[in-house]
Amino acid sequence: MSERFETHPSDVLVIGAGGAGLRAAIEASAKGARTALVCKSLLGKAHTVMAEGGIAAALAHVDAQDSWQTHFRDTMRGGGMLNHWRMAQLHAQEAPDRVRELEQWGAVFDRTRDGRILQRPFGGHTYRRLAHVGDRTGLEMIRTLQDKGVHQGIDVYMECTVTHLLRDGDRVVGAFGYWRESGRFVVFPAKAVVLATGGIGKAWSVTSNSWEYTADGHALAYRAGAELIDMEFVQFHPTGMVWPPGVRGILVTEAVRAEGGILRNSKGERFMWRYLPEEKRPDFSKDEAQAKEWLADHIAGRSPDFKKRPPELSTRDNVARAIYTENREGRGSPHGGVFLDVSYLPAEHVVKKLPSMYHQFKDLADVDITKEPMEVGPTCHYAMGGVRVDPDSGKSTVPGLFAAGEVSGGMHGANRLGGNSLSDLLVFGRRAGLGAAEAAGKAPAPKIDADATAAAERELLAFFANTGEDPYAIHHDLQEAMQALVGIFRTQEDLEKSVGKLEELRARASRARVTGSRLYNPGWHLAFDLRNMIDAAEMVARAALERQESRGAHSRLDFPKADPAFGKVNISIRRRDGGMEVVRTALPAMPEEMRKLFEEKK
Amino acid sequence: MSATEAVFRVFRGGREGGEMREYRVPVSPGMVVLDAVHWIQAHGAPDLAVRWNCKAAKCGSCSAEVNGKPRLMCKSRLDSLPLDRPVVVRPMKTFPVIKDLVTDVSWNFEAAKRIPPFTPRPGVEWKYDQADADRVQEFRKCIECFLCQNVCHVLREHDKKGAFVGPAMLVRAAGYELHPLDGLTRTGFLREQGGIGLCNITKCCTEVCPESIRITDNAIIPLKERVVDDFYDPLRWLWRKVTGKG
Ligand code: SF4
Ligand code: SF4
Ligand code: FES
Repeated sequence: MSERFETHPSDVLVIGAGGAGLRAAIEASAKGARTALVCKSLLGKAHTVMAEGGIAAALAHVDAQDSWQTHFRDTMRGGGMLNHWRMAQLHAQEAPDRVRELEQWGAVFDRTRDGRILQRPFGGHTYRRLAHVGDRTGLEMIRTLQDKGVHQGIDVYMECTVTHLLRDGDRVVGAFGYWRESGRFVVFPAKAVVLATGGIGKAWSVTSNSWEYTADGHALAYRAGAELIDMEFVQFHPTGMVWPPGVRGILVTEAVRAEGGILRNSKGERFMWRYLPEEKRPDFSKDEAQAKEWLADHIAGRSPDFKKRPPELSTRDNVARAIYTENREGRGSPHGGVFLDVSYLPAEHVVKKLPSMYHQFKDLADVDITKEPMEVGPTCHYAMGGVRVDPDSGKSTVPGLFAAGEVSGGMHGANRLGGNSLSDLLVFGRRAGLGAAEAAGKAPAPKIDADATAAAERELLAFFANTGEDPYAIHHDLQEAMQALVGIFRTQEDLEKSVGKLEELRARASRARVTGSRLYNPGWHLAFDLRNMIDAAEMVARAALERQESRGAHSRLDFPKADPAFGKVNISIRRRDGGMEVVRTALPAMPEEMRKLFEEKK
Repeated sequence: MSATEAVFRVFRGGREGGEMREYRVPVSPGMVVLDAVHWIQAHGAPDLAVRWNCKAAKCGSCSAEVNGKPRLMCKSRLDSLPLDRPVVVRPMKTFPVIKDLVTDVSWNFEAAKRIPPFTPRPGVEWKYDQADADRVQEFRKCIECFLCQNVCHVLREHDKKGAFVGPAMLVRAAGYELHPLDGLTRTGFLREQGGIGLCNITKCCTEVCPESIRITDNAIIPLKERVVDDFYDPLRWLWRKVTGKG
């Protein structure tokens, strides 16, 4: 055994304490599994707190026509029909229960006039569907889950970073990591491991993601031999801050558009109408007058006609491309974005519905959004791709390993709808917790390989003996390369260049030099974060090369149209013989009764 | 305001003590103190320890004392500080230093665990008005930055961490206690383990709260009133919880 290291055994080990990790841990522990939750930051600081707009769930509190079937359809269409149908189905069916449960655990959502949970409109959703708390829904969710988890007796290991998964043969039997405070190594033997590590956005320079989003789980799963899918689909949120420089990329919630925000270019044109895809036009307002009518109904608490929705509520991939194109064609705002305007709305409405946006712009950009427009532009936001999981249980293709939330793939297909992330975390966090607890019940006692832990230790300590560059410089170059070569619009040439560049960066990262001690050393942390980010970046680039079409968030200038042949496959990636294997795998076939849902109602 | 360079004096050290070290940092428009700290990390001090996550005043990670004032570093604009002298950045004083700007705030998590959680009245119908939600939502805005804990003299000067949970935890308790559907009373807890009596309403906590929660007026004082009422009339809470009034 590994007595050489501090050791904390559990039945279920959950890595990551955002929405998915917390929800998984709560479920596993409720099923009687001894549950450990490890997170890199303090509890309650996870990136989920930055989710602002709301949780999508067909509660039908404000638009009675809504149903899980409509939510399912919206999700699949938004995802370019590439989503795993079963995930989209479970998600649409179970989200309402997960929201109600959250309320019963203490979350305080905004209310309808008759005292129920209020719902707001969002891009790509036919009906008003997002349960929300002003524009800080993620914080409410994290706090509620944090309270629930803590009082349920989960063992929480804060500011502890997992660097390696440990295996016994093929099976994942725990994890190796270190305490950030002391730099001491720690081993977590576990019968089942749930990855809930979030995304990969720190590999791009303009990003809404926090320092934690370094693709840890994507890379850990890859190295453990798991299959990942849809890595080419990286969501650029259309609206991030663009000015001043220090806040570039920080998220401006979609709720701004949902509450009436209008996008305009430097010529004052409301350009989104021009970018609506032909087949979606019937679902949106035809002109200013209709959009105005819709908004007036929404604000007054009446049920607006969804066919009069403002064009700003198109899906994120589409809005991001539009903003990018306006800029490329010379109609951008002074700092390379476009204008987003709510100043024509009653100031009280803005402050009540978008309090944190109001403060964010006032404090950080000297802009009073009740009086003047914001400047916004696309920012790297979300990875649709990730670990391939069994929809019902969150099981990966490697025994003992589960995944939930952003690190998993399949739920969102080629493009995620706003609001579907928080609901994803709840629905599949719970399912992965259940799946892992059940698997742990049948799993043998974990056998930790002392050679593997010793190798992990050697690998991490080697940085201190290195003589290469400072990791910050390498990170900077990685971000610049991904931003320039693997952004919103892609070409074969750029992507090939990026693969070469990543090879170079990988070599530089392996020689990165760490100075100082092992105590709370962010430079040391970044040195091995780099390896994770580079692995994930390569997956994105290679998958993007393979998909020679444009679909959802993946836009190839050299293949500008969707290709039906690619509509039938996922690009899937796994490690084989030390190299990255990229293959096309058939989409899971949708059963007849689900397919019918698309025929009945166009 | 249009300085091109600023001097920062940053605490470097750990539990055993440390020193203030100077760094020269180029200034760009809209820059905040956290940007400067990141610049320092990337230019010669890669092991400078600091906590942050959101960089948008939403996660409460980056609390520190800037020129002696407890603040979020990501919300402290350089153009609001006098740059003709060094900007002094130190860790929060009330909590033990781990390293550089990172302090050991684990006590707060222990304190939070002791507060009896939200417990709905059995069989309740899940309906309430926005006005009731508003009252509780103010408390639930708390981002757990612990700046109020850092500044409260009961904790900062008198170090009564064993006897007083501090303003942040009272905000949390108020969030449960004033929830329109909550069925528990916490007045016993607040009086005894919570130590609410130790607060003498100086309002220092309210002044530093980056979320503008009116900690003293809206959380602590109403809780104090409940504690006093229930102490003299122990059945009062039952009435309050059943009717949702008072
Ligand atoms: S009002 Fe009470 S809790 Fe707030 S700082 Fe003063 S003594 Fe501390
Ligand atoms: S009440 Fe305010 S100052 Fe205190 S922890 Fe919460 S957000 Fe910070
Ligand atoms: S980094 Fe989140 S509050 Fe400053």
